[in-house]
This record gives sequence, structure tokens and C-alpha cells, in this order.
Amino acid sequence: MSKKVLMKGNEAFAAAAIRGGARFYFGYPITPQNELTEYMARELNKVGGSFIQAESELAAISMVYGAAVSGGTAMLSSSSPGIALMQEGIGFLCSTEVPCVIINVSRGGPGIGSIQPSQADYFQATRGGSNGDYHVYSFAPASIQEAVDMIAGAFKIADEYRNPVLILADGMLGQMMEPVLLPEAVPAVTEEDIPKVKPWALAGHKDERKPNSVISLDLKPDRLEQRVLGYWGKHEKAKKELVKYQTVGLADAEVVLVSYGTTSRIVLEAIDLLAEEGIKAGLIRPISLWPYPYKAFDEIGPKTKAIVCAELSMGQMIEDVKLGAKERWPITLCNRVGGMLLSPAEVAESAKKALGVK
Amino acid sequence: MDKRITIVCGHYGSGKTEFSVNYAIKLAREGKRTALADLDIANPYFRSRERQQFLEENGVALYSNVYHADISADMPAITAEIRGPLEDGGCHVVVDSGGDDTGARVLNQFRKYFLGPEAGLYCVVNANRPETADFEGALAHIRSICGETGIPLAGLISNTHMLRETRAEDVIKGYGLCRELSSFLEIPVEYCCASREICDKISTLKNIKEDKEFRLFPMELYMRPAWLDR
Repeated sequence: MSKKVLMKGNEAFAAAAIRGGARFYFGYPITPQNELTEYMARELNKVGGSFIQAESELAAISMVYGAAVSGGTAMLSSSSPGIALMQEGIGFLCSTEVPCVIINVSRGGPGIGSIQPSQADYFQATRGGSNGDYHVYSFAPASIQEAVDMIAGAFKIADEYRNPVLILADGMLGQMMEPVLLPEAVPAVTEEDIPKVKPWALAGHKDERKPNSVISLDLKPDRLEQRVLGYWGKHEKAKKELVKYQTVGLADAEVVLVSYGTTSRIVLEAIDLLAEEGIKAGLIRPISLWPYPYKAFDEIGPKTKAIVCAELSMGQMIEDVKLGAKERWPITLCNRVGGMLLSPAEVAESAKKALGVK
Repeated sequence: MDKRITIVCGHYGSGKTEFSVNYAIKLAREGKRTALADLDIANPYFRSRERQQFLEENGVALYSNVYHADISADMPAITAEIRGPLEDGGCHVVVDSGGDDTGARVLNQFRKYFLGPEAGLYCVVNANRPETADFEGALAHIRSICGETGIPLAGLISNTHMLRETRAEDVIKGYGLCRELSSFLEIPVEYCCASREICDKISTLKNIKEDKEFRLFPMELYMRPAWLDR
């Protein structure tokens, strides 16, 4: 039985990944996630895993593809511009249905941006920047404890759906310290296990069966169409099974705030500030970003007059909020960008403005 | 711990910066002319320079990188102005170094100020950090930091905590570890840090009352935004 320890987010993410079964890590340094890479460099070989510092982000995602296609439990981590560079590889992993876990400790953008926290990678995480029809399953933790449980569980989801899973942790979560209870370690998949648990993997046929093949290219349109339809079968299943969210006080809220990641913690403080003024505010916190918890909006009570979407971007998640709200309430945006954080007072002010309260 | 120049090192996440800020404010409140030198070039967030205005309002002059708090970057651009307070015999300086041996490496360029009788290197130990949770782990960290700087260690700062979840037992456990290290290394435990609430609790304990070397240091959390610990 492990006990609570004080860990920096990035270290805890790495420790959780190893406990979740990760044995192959490929990365290229980038702030603010470097402690994760450092931890893997130091610890992964101690459990029989392999760590490689790649020569670039493109190489890192391709190494993940190689390790995972052979049946290895593979992952990488990076931060916003690094994840942008990996988009082609992520598309390949999706097209070949090769499971892996990607952690984005996001920072300000666009371009090389800044190294302070940001949530402007929402579109990147939920819509993606690769080509073709694909989805990455994306989850956003709000605390280090939630992140470690999520990361340890992400490998199972990736394997079950044969799809990349992305953990979108903002820079604040990566850099801050929090007491954390690390999850129990699951036994790692061994070479002997691979043919049984991942029969599709390129793990050597030993003349005992026909060779497997994993290919992205398909020049027969009708066959590619069937493959894409096949992806959608599992994505529809994911929409039923992987949706996750938290709600606070929706039943009698006058205003509902929608927020994810560490920003939702600032929003909780704002909800307390509003309560001091006699205003009841509720929260919808999406935990799965794709699939998005649209159904959470159906839980909003009859007293709600307005919705405020609080996010550290120029308004990305707000598009999903609009889809969930279905024009039932007016929606406004409360945001900061560039690496600036919202303050609880700023969020409370936006909520009051949305209600027309001075 | 009455050196003019107090250099604070330790494992990252041990609470070096929080201690440095608290200690600098303590010195300033005692009426001493005080400067805080933020030499943390490893950590991109939670650096003392983020609290520049607060420190200045409390009488602490802050020296950090050449861009001060204007930009946030993990770049090795320490301002040469730091030499000012280090050379000024009337100014108390708290030097907040980066985490681990890599963070402490930057101390070497100012080594000449740190070897004399005016200066002391102190290591912050948090026994709730997994790598420094036991005697061997903590000693290995101390050795790697001292090996990097070549500056002898003058004392230990016990700072075992679990943020808002800290219990008096955590603080006592961490102090015990520091005492073990202290006898082995033959250096004192200068302070045992805790929140004011826990300080009140601990100071009434019998074995603590009898420990003549026990010095509590009440800490405020200046570096951590309140919304993180609801």
C-alpha cells in the first residue's frame, strides 16, 4: 500500500505512467514538462523499460509508433508547440489504430508562444491538426491526483480502443506541487504476453501464423472507406463509455460556469465569492474533452439565466459549450491568454455581468 | 543562522523559495537592509521574482535575471547587479538557488562571495518528497549539491510539509530525519519550518520543549495562489 507523497505534477505524471504500465518513453525536451522527461530518463530503465531522448519531436512520435506497433506500451510527453510538430505522427497512429498515451503539458501559443500556462490547445486536443477522419480521446485533469489516476488508466483505454489517448494537462498542473497517492502498479506487458493481448502487433510470427501487417496507406477506396467506418464504430462506443464530467450546484444555479483543468479551480473560488454576495453559481467541468460531455448541459436547472465559459484561450471550448447549450441560455466568454491566468475576482465579475448584476 | 549571506539550496520542491522569501521578509522586518537574489534558472514557475512587488513592499530588494519579472523564461541570464548586495557589507542577502545539483551549479560563478565567514550554505530538506524521504536519499541529495558547488554546508533547514494537508507528525518526522543528518554531517539543524498553526501545536510537546537546539520557523505561503488549496 503506497502512501501520500508530495510531488511536482510532471514527476507524478511520469511515476503514474510507469505504474500504469508504460515501458517505452520517447521525448524531446520542452518547458514546462521537462521534469517528466527527466524522471523517465532516471526511472524507466529501473523497471526494465526503455527511454530515448529523440533528436526531434517528429522522431519521438515516430519512435512511439514503432514501439507501440510492435506491441510495446509506449508514451511520450511534450508541450504545445512540440505536440503541434507531432500531428502527422498522431494521424498515422490513429489511421493504423495503434494505441499510445500522449501527455501535453500545455503552454501559451500560437507558434513558440510562451512557457506560462494556457488552454489554447483545446482545438488541437479535440479537433487535431492531422489530416483525414480521426479522433484522439482527450482528457483534462484538474488536480495532480486526478491526473495520476487518469494517466495510469489511459493505457487501458488506449489498448481497449486501439487509439491514442491524450492527457491535456496545463503548465500550472505540471509545475505545481501537491500531495498525491500514486496508483498501484499494474504488471507490465511482457514480450510473451504480446501475441495474446495484442494479436494485431508486429511481434514476430515465428512461422506459426500469417504475418500481421499494419499499414496507413490503402489504395483501394472501398476498403479504406470500410476502415474509416470501422473507426467511427469505436468512436461512437467511446462517446457512450468515455464521457466524464463533474458538476457543482447545477440544480439551483442562477449562472453556470463551464471550465476545465486548473482553471476550474479558480472558478470554484469564484463560486464562493459569488455566494458571499448571495449569487448562486454552478459549475460544469468537462473531464473528457473528446468525447465532450454535451449531456451535462441537460442537468442545468430551471433557475439558470446565463452560462459563462471560463478558459485560457480566445474562446475554443465555448464552441462545444454552444453545442451542449443548444441556444437555451445566453453564453459569454471569460478569458485570459498568452500565459496569463484568470483571477477568481475576474471570473466572479464576468458571472455578475452575464446576470446583469452590478 | 546569523550570516550576512544566506545561500539556500535543496531538492526541487523542498520549499527553498518559500523559505527564502519568508526568511528575507523576517530579516527585513528585523530592520536589516535585505536583498533576495533569485538564482533559480531551472524552474519556469513559482519563482521568487513573481513576488517582486510584494517583496519590495516588505522592504526586500529583489535581484533576479536581467529581465527581472518582465518575462518568464528558464534562461541562464542572471543579472550582474546581484554582485552589488553581495559586495555591500551592510546588506543581508538571501540567495535562492535552483533545485538539485543542476540548480546549484549557478552558485559557482559567485563562489568567491560564498566561501568566507560572512556566508553560509543551508540545505532545505522535505521528508515528504519521495527522493529525500530517508537518510540515504537525503544524504545523497546533499552530497550531490555540495559536490557541485564545493561550498561546505553550514546547516540544515527542516521543511517537511504536505502543503495544507501537513500534520504536526509530518513536521516532527522531518525534524527527526534532519537531526540524524545533522549528527552525521556535524552541522546544526538551523530551523524547523511549519505553519503558524502547527508551530503552536508543536511548541507545547514535551520532548520538543526539552530539545535545546530546536528552533521553530513559522512559515507563510507567499508563493502559492490560494485557489490551489481550497
